[in-house]
Amino acid sequence: MSDQLSAVFGALSDPTRRAILARLTEGDLTVAELAAPFAVSQPAISRHLKVLEAAGLISRRRRATARLSHLRAEPLRDATEWLARYQEFWDERHRRLDALLAALQADQQERDG
Amino acid sequence: MMATTTIDAQAGLPFIDISREFDAPRDLVFRAHTDPDLLVQWLGPEKYEMVIGEFEARDGGRWRYVHRDGDGTEYGFRGVFHGTPTPDLMVQTFEFDGAPGQVALDTLTLEERDGRTTARIHSVYQSVEARDAMIQSGMSEGMESGYARLDGLLARLVPVG
Repeated sequence: MSDQLSAVFGALSDPTRRAILARLTEGDLTVAELAAPFAVSQPAISRHLKVLEAAGLISRRRRATARLSHLRAEPLRDATEWLARYQEFWDERHRRLDALLAALQADQQERDG
Repeated sequence: MMATTTIDAQAGLPFIDISREFDAPRDLVFRAHTDPDLLVQWLGPEKYEMVIGEFEARDGGRWRYVHRDGDGTEYGFRGVFHGTPTPDLMVQTFEFDGAPGQVALDTLTLEERDGRTTARIHSVYQSVEARDAMIQSGMSEGMESGYARLDGLLARLVPVG
């Protein structure tokens, strides 16, 4: 995996950054607009934006005195495909374990009852 | 609500952390991880046949199994338990037959709360590259269920509520 994809992985590992990316799918936003729904300060959001920018996931431009963040979807694709497939692998495995655990507990109840 | 698996793979660190909650007491979850008759029922990918060659859940005990796809192609995995496996701590090596010498060290802990059990796996790889290769290819063999599209993935990643 390239350094950039590794950076994308790192950027995506944080729930606040994932939420920021999701909001940017609807359009460009300023730091203040991005910070509004979160219980964190604007400087904290700015730090998250720096990480996203370094990973190539957003670009930023000035509009008057504000800086607008813009989602760049392309670098996401490879990394998200890998993560999604890896996630599917584990989800499928764990759904089977769910079913097994439920069956074992039902057997146990039958024996006890 | 359907429980989901949380996977954390930080950039630049050779670790993968996986956690998942199960609606069962931890002794049962532990049995499902250490009894080969139970393990074979859930560990393998759905479309593959899983065959366990050996599985000795004890200090120094070996395990070995293969996943066999529809064409008869086999993917073998093996490892060794380090320390006596308990619900508090289960440590084992993990090695794919196709890449001998590339060994991961997996630590599983089980924590029970209100009858539900959270399983946490901490996997340590020999390098960041080995970790990334695992995510990229090792576990995706035969997973042709299709790639998630960006929009769908983002929707799923965002915590609801």
